[in-house]
Amino acid sequence: MPAITPAEVAHLARLARLELPADQLDRYAAQLEVILSAVATVSAVDTDDVPPTSHPLALVNVFRPDVVSASLGSAAALEAAPAVESERFRVPRILVED
Amino acid sequence: MTSELTRLSASDTAAAVSRGEVSAVEVAQAHLDRIAAVDGQVHAFLHVDNQGALAAAAAVDAARASGAGLGPLAGVPLALKDVMTMTGVPTTCGSRLLEGWRPPYDATVTARLKAAGIVILGKTNMDEFAMGSSTEHSAYGPTHNPWDLDRIPGGSGGGSAAALAAFEAPLAIGTDTGGSIRQPAAVTGTVGVKPTYGGVSRYGLVALASSLDQAGPCARTVLDTALLHAVIAGHDPRDSTSIDAPVPPVVDAALSGDVRGMRIGIVRELSGDGYQAGVRQRFEEAVEILTSLGAEPVEVSCPNFPSALAAYYLILPSEASSNLAKFDGMRYGNRVGDDGEASAEEVMARTRAAGFGPEVIRRIMLGTYALSAGYYDAYYGQAQKVRTLIARDFAAAFEQCDVMLSPTAPTTAFLLGDKLDDPLAMYLNDIATIPANLAGTPAMSLPAGLAPEDGLPVGLQIMAPAMADDRLYRVGAALESALVDRWGHHLLEEAPAL
Repeated sequence: MPAITPAEVAHLARLARLELPADQLDRYAAQLEVILSAVATVSAVDTDDVPPTSHPLALVNVFRPDVVSASLGSAAALEAAPAVESERFRVPRILVED
Repeated sequence: MTSELTRLSASDTAAAVSRGEVSAVEVAQAHLDRIAAVDGQVHAFLHVDNQGALAAAAAVDAARASGAGLGPLAGVPLALKDVMTMTGVPTTCGSRLLEGWRPPYDATVTARLKAAGIVILGKTNMDEFAMGSSTEHSAYGPTHNPWDLDRIPGGSGGGSAAALAAFEAPLAIGTDTGGSIRQPAAVTGTVGVKPTYGGVSRYGLVALASSLDQAGPCARTVLDTALLHAVIAGHDPRDSTSIDAPVPPVVDAALSGDVRGMRIGIVRELSGDGYQAGVRQRFEEAVEILTSLGAEPVEVSCPNFPSALAAYYLILPSEASSNLAKFDGMRYGNRVGDDGEASAEEVMARTRAAGFGPEVIRRIMLGTYALSAGYYDAYYGQAQKVRTLIARDFAAAFEQCDVMLSPTAPTTAFLLGDKLDDPLAMYLNDIATIPANLAGTPAMSLPAGLAPEDGLPVGLQIMAPAMADDRLYRVGAALESALVDRWGHHLLEEAPAL
């Protein structure tokens, strides 16, 4: 079980889109270390030839008839938006100019 | 009269409304008054919908006046966990990120409650995005246990359970991913059921871990819980994991309570060390009572249950880190740091860091770690295999018994703040409840009495095979009836007055 470092936590935070201050990275690293060493006990279970279960039900694809039905109107969909422009969600820029 | 209205069971309330002995508006007003009087101490509710509740109650009274037949719970007030969407009122999931968000649609559960004439009083407090066992992870402050205001009401659905125990509502909705219905029921002296996975629609339930989440009924009696179960359960085309089969006969089972000849499995791995003495005492007493009623106790072994907690705390954070990725402040919810210069990615990272509390951040990072390249097989993949072993344990045990019994939680309600800084200690509260979520099987918690050493409620857990939810109610009703006879009253009559 490798120790989890603040640098690794910073990497996880970036992957998870969480802008955390440096002092919090240390605290989370210590807590995640404790939790991970506890949950790592799963590796001691003998699971040779055991298939994984991703879901409690034996799921199959569920289809509905391919017909148009009522859906949420754009006004209702935009009502809770943090920013709206021209009846669309306005978002910050997504491309960076080099 | 109005203070007495809040002490009635849901079935008695519905009967009184149906016979015209009291109006639904009077019932709703009595509960709104009770909330106004005591919720300052309990903090079960995040939002009380006075107007909406009175309007829904007036509609029930109007329907009755026009001669329309009323459903079995029409006019009965209910507290809705704030993880279920409902139009016209906020849905926050106990998070700052969603503060003030008003969803544009009703969850299927919400729609079914409304269609049944159930009067929704408001939204109840919870650990943020249902992550926790104490409601202390709510961004809006903890809920207090009505038995002792210094203690936790359980979690994540502590608000719903506390509302029942404080006589603020006779019915409530909870959601249970690892015990969030059952553990709060246990520590507040109330009843809660996690139905078979897929038994109740998840449409409009803000997802924590999609393969584990299940909404369910909460009440003060087994019969009331069954009546509410029947209202919310059943196939929903809007949830692709919803089971397309008849709802098990839960109300008939609750009315019967006949356990003669039933084999009651005592789970060796969920007793003994690690359980408080008074919890063990009440559990053993419950087994004796069921035996005296004609059930046959059988010891069963579920050798993989001790690994359930570790598997759960890999599977849950993995699914949660994926589910919670949608909270990015772009389409709804609060957006932070959009100064015109920052990129979308920067704004998302600021929004999420500002909006999520520490427990949510811990679990998102834990899930991100467990799913990352290099660790996936060792953690998430291995946990999924352990999940298979847990399901096999259930299958083998249910060849020897009809239901399994255990304590719901290892201890009675602990003090607020006691485990807040020790995430792992908090996780251990769920040790007996988690296996049923991993296997998708139904389970109930109901009051088994008070622990002699601290005078606080103890919960008994009943587990049944998938789609045999009715067995929970059959055994629960038998035990409740025998215990209430012994006590001479409902357990909650012993709770201190607020």
